[in-house]
Amino acid sequence: MIKLFKNLRPYWLPIIGIILFIFFQVLSELFLPTIMADIVDVGIVKGDTSYIIQRGGWMLLATFLGTLCAITAGLLSSRTGLAFGRDLRNQVFKKATAFSLYEFDELGTASMITRTTNDITQIQNLVIMVLRMFVMAPLMLIGGIFMAVSKDPKLSLVLVGVLPFLAGLIAFIATRSIPMFKSMQLKIDLLNLVLRENLTGLRVIRAFNRIDFEQNRFDKANTDLMTVSINVNKLMAILMPLMLLIFNFTTVAIIWFGSIRIDGGSMEVGSLMAFIQYAMQILFSLIMATMMFIMVPRASASAARINEMLDIEATITDPKKALISPKGKGHIKFENVSFSYPGAENPAVAGITIQALPGEITAIIGGTGSGKSTLINLIPRFYDVMGGRILLDDVDIKDMTQESLRGRIGLVPQQAVLFSGTVTENIKFGSDRLTDEDVRHAADIAQATSFINDMPEGFNSVIAQGGTNVSGGQKQRLAIARALAAKPDIYIFDDSFSSLDFKTDAMLRRALKLETQSATVIIVAQRVTTVIDADCIIVLEDGKIAAMGNHTELLRVCPVYQEIVASQLSEEELK
Amino acid sequence: MSALNNGRTGVNNTASTADIPRQRPQRGPGGGHAMGIPVEKAKNFKGTLHRLLSYIKPQRVSLIVVFIMAILSTVFNILSPKIMGDGITKLFEGFMNKSAHIAGAAIDFTYIGNILLILIGLYIASAFFGYIQQYIMASVSQKIVFNLRNETNIKLSRLPLNFFDSKTHGEILSRMTNDIDNISTTLQQSITQLITAFVTIIGIVIVMLTISPLMTLITLATLPLSIIITIFIAKRSQKYFKEQQKVLGDLNGHVEEMYTGHKIVKAFNYERQSVEIFEATNAKLYNAGWKAQFISGIIMPMMSFVNNIGYVLVCIVGGVLVTRGTLHIGDIQAFIQYSKQFSQPIVQAANISNIIQSTIASAERVFEILDENEESPDSDKKITLPDVKGVVKFDHVEFGYTEDKKLMQDLNIDVKSGQMVAIVGPTGAGKTTLVNLLMRFYEVSGGQISIDDVPITDLKRGDLRQIFGMVLQDTWLFKGSILENIAYGKQDATEEEIFHAADTARADHFIRTLPEGYKTVLNEEANNISQGQKQLLTIARALLADPAVLILDEATSSVDTRTELLIQEAMTLLMTGRTSFVIAHRLSTIKGADLILVMNEGAVIEKGTHVELLSQNGFYADLYNSQFALAGLSGDSDQI
Repeated sequence: MIKLFKNLRPYWLPIIGIILFIFFQVLSELFLPTIMADIVDVGIVKGDTSYIIQRGGWMLLATFLGTLCAITAGLLSSRTGLAFGRDLRNQVFKKATAFSLYEFDELGTASMITRTTNDITQIQNLVIMVLRMFVMAPLMLIGGIFMAVSKDPKLSLVLVGVLPFLAGLIAFIATRSIPMFKSMQLKIDLLNLVLRENLTGLRVIRAFNRIDFEQNRFDKANTDLMTVSINVNKLMAILMPLMLLIFNFTTVAIIWFGSIRIDGGSMEVGSLMAFIQYAMQILFSLIMATMMFIMVPRASASAARINEMLDIEATITDPKKALISPKGKGHIKFENVSFSYPGAENPAVAGITIQALPGEITAIIGGTGSGKSTLINLIPRFYDVMGGRILLDDVDIKDMTQESLRGRIGLVPQQAVLFSGTVTENIKFGSDRLTDEDVRHAADIAQATSFINDMPEGFNSVIAQGGTNVSGGQKQRLAIARALAAKPDIYIFDDSFSSLDFKTDAMLRRALKLETQSATVIIVAQRVTTVIDADCIIVLEDGKIAAMGNHTELLRVCPVYQEIVASQLSEEELK
Repeated sequence: MSALNNGRTGVNNTASTADIPRQRPQRGPGGGHAMGIPVEKAKNFKGTLHRLLSYIKPQRVSLIVVFIMAILSTVFNILSPKIMGDGITKLFEGFMNKSAHIAGAAIDFTYIGNILLILIGLYIASAFFGYIQQYIMASVSQKIVFNLRNETNIKLSRLPLNFFDSKTHGEILSRMTNDIDNISTTLQQSITQLITAFVTIIGIVIVMLTISPLMTLITLATLPLSIIITIFIAKRSQKYFKEQQKVLGDLNGHVEEMYTGHKIVKAFNYERQSVEIFEATNAKLYNAGWKAQFISGIIMPMMSFVNNIGYVLVCIVGGVLVTRGTLHIGDIQAFIQYSKQFSQPIVQAANISNIIQSTIASAERVFEILDENEESPDSDKKITLPDVKGVVKFDHVEFGYTEDKKLMQDLNIDVKSGQMVAIVGPTGAGKTTLVNLLMRFYEVSGGQISIDDVPITDLKRGDLRQIFGMVLQDTWLFKGSILENIAYGKQDATEEEIFHAADTARADHFIRTLPEGYKTVLNEEANNISQGQKQLLTIARALLADPAVLILDEATSSVDTRTELLIQEAMTLLMTGRTSFVIAHRLSTIKGADLILVMNEGAVIEKGTHVELLSQNGFYADLYNSQFALAGLSGDSDQI
């Protein structure tokens, strides 16, 4: 957590301001009992009413200035706290944006969302609290002790006697409660996990008739949470009454010893009263400090999650001296490429040497887990090759900036992802240079125009978050239009026609063929019909190339391909 | 069909809204509501309050004890400043006399000693009662929310799927976590706080009156000021809090979208724009946020300002009164303490209506779930089917996901024992609905479904579902080892059985290549294995259950066709003599079915075997031929 606090460094000036203002606020608070002591010891003892009123005026002035300081400190701490949150959020988001798919896989998307949103809010709240209250605690403590000692050093020995007790109590409760709060957080997370699984797996749970089993799981998590919570609460129940008791005993001791000192003539009554108030302020500052117990474990869990994210170095970075994107046509060459996912025993793909030429369709086909998508993901550097290299127009893609590399690729992913915004915005997707004409043209080819026109606002219709208001097939067509609109040199279709019905599929591919005539087209597919007219079909099996060639050739020589075809086409169609 | 999508999000999809609890005003440190945050209001305040009280009722004995303890603790606490004041007065008198050199004048240490002893007694009593109160309360509130949580969870398990279609996971999760938490905090802290606050206020006023009515008046003079300031500032800050909530919603939405669409963001070089949008929204959040924080944060210093004015007034007026001999010096000390003790309960009391309102609104949301209509209770006919033959009949079935839109009007299907039935048709034709009805995830609104001539409504749901082994598109797996996940299909399965099921599902091989084999723990998102591999596991899970009737709903859509064939071979063997339903996109995989049902718009429009249907030259033939006609469309059809 301390590591995150380093982000406060740019705000050293306001923070010093906060400390100063709170210091003045504390001073004014501490000033009041001193004046009150004067009122008692001088005004009342002498019966001097005008002195009393005059001193009262000073008190009002002091409290007024104190309040101004407190408000200014509040202003600064609100701004600083929120600015801290803002900076951290920007930092985390930028970091995440720079991550490759590898880091996303590792952390999990859902978890990353929580880290960027809720966790940062937690930390931000803590920072505000720290700036507001915990800065005040030590100042109050030191100021109170200073004033008490200056009033009566000998009586201050009472405080010396009490403070170790209090510190001991706080330390005792802290050492016991912090692990408990941590464990409580874990139980809460566990309960939420069970709950979430119960919601996501609803149909499966019911289908397998495991409602009782899940009920027991929940019950156990719930009971655990309750037990820990009760224990924490019981422990905390001791804290406050015991602290108050220590306070009050301190007061009693002060009065007793104070009386003796007054009797001896070395102290006055007003000073005693002031002293009692200082003691209260000192002890109160300690109570504020103990509130950290509750805040810290929760925030430190958040901090750990954020730090974990910030500590990860994006594995894929731009080269220091990037080569300027070559002016080729989009010739892609794999040279003995291999790649394995972290922790996996076997490489996902290995020994891949292929090329995809401009003006040709290169298809990749193969079984589940044969490495098709992996292969595709290597081209835009979603993952980096571990062995061999990939060349784009004879330049190693690692020597280019990611931006210039990806700028030449139009990708249509397996799962079509749309964003909230209008249809046009989705098709343009950030390329502002595209005209509405480009957008319409792309939609035409993607066979999307007719359904877009059927939508209430046409191209200006708003797509909901996650594209929930369009069907799977429509999503896929919009995703295709998005890739087409930018007119890239290289098209990559990762099993992108699966949600289309056969008729649309056929029309789309016919239109595509004209549009992408001079481009390099790479298609990953499960359906044989999709790849049948490719110039080159690469058959993958277990991450290796089983065969390469066109449909007719492969049908003759490649048993894997034959099997694939046989599983999809009937005898008649094979003839 | 969209009605189904909610229930079907696989584990890997939890990245949707499910994980982001609805942003609600958060509790400040120490649990109290932060000031000035707008509060959601309950629709039926009175009813909900009564109902919430009914949950508290079982704990009423404890609560009454808590209240008594709180009152006692507070009363002792209130008495002490007055008594301490008397001690100081005595001390002052002795001191004055002594300094006036009155003969025999001395500080009365016996008296002061006695007072201090009384004080010690009061303090101990107050601390003791305070501790007892909090100790009891520690369990009371937790038990209440424990029950509430359990009840809600049990309720969820009884709700029909319609309910889950109409609510997002995030919504339900938020009710079960945030709302119940809110109730818990209120019970834990606010209730006793409230009691203590009122007892303190009333007690202090009474004690003050007994000391000096005039001084009481002066102390109370600041009271209306405190209340006005609190309300005034709270109103001001609401505007900014609302704006903050809104911007935060936008920001979280952007994060969610960009993270879930990360690949596309990268592929289209959208990073810079994404960051720009983020930073702009974030800057807005900063602007609204610090204002909300600042304005609501003013309340505390303002309150202490007002408080200090009271303090000064007490000192001045008290001082003057003492010089006139109408007040004791110790009384000033007492009033100073009282005026300090006064401010906190005032703030709490001023805020209490907000706390209660937000708690009741939370309770209402939880009760809304508890009030949902449950699935109809299981039949008490106690019919069991020990030996299922697998004759399935749909008889004039009517059904719609919503009341006003019927998907199925008059659906009739006859399946003989041991048949393999394939269901084909375009998206939205009602294929999955058929399965949903068969499993009684939804209830038919007309007609009847029967198994072995027993209406499924006469069977217990559990027994009915036991008959079926189901593999869904939904590849739901839970966080746990692969072994545990497969064993989900059968509670007392041996390892041998599990391995065998995995082997049949063609999953054994890939499992054994994983670093930890069958012990490999699937993570929360289950993204450490591929979609196709997940499907194989779910198939293994269903096979292990060894069901009488097998249902495969697009079960192999993410598995490649060759593996699919292998699985099907294995399953055909397994399913010989058992009825099975197969829903598939790929027509090639169902050609061998005994019966193909072609569905469109909720009705079976054609039925027969593959050959029969082709010869009919109808919808099916069209569908089937279009698959292959395609190849020719783009040119060299003679390649085939």
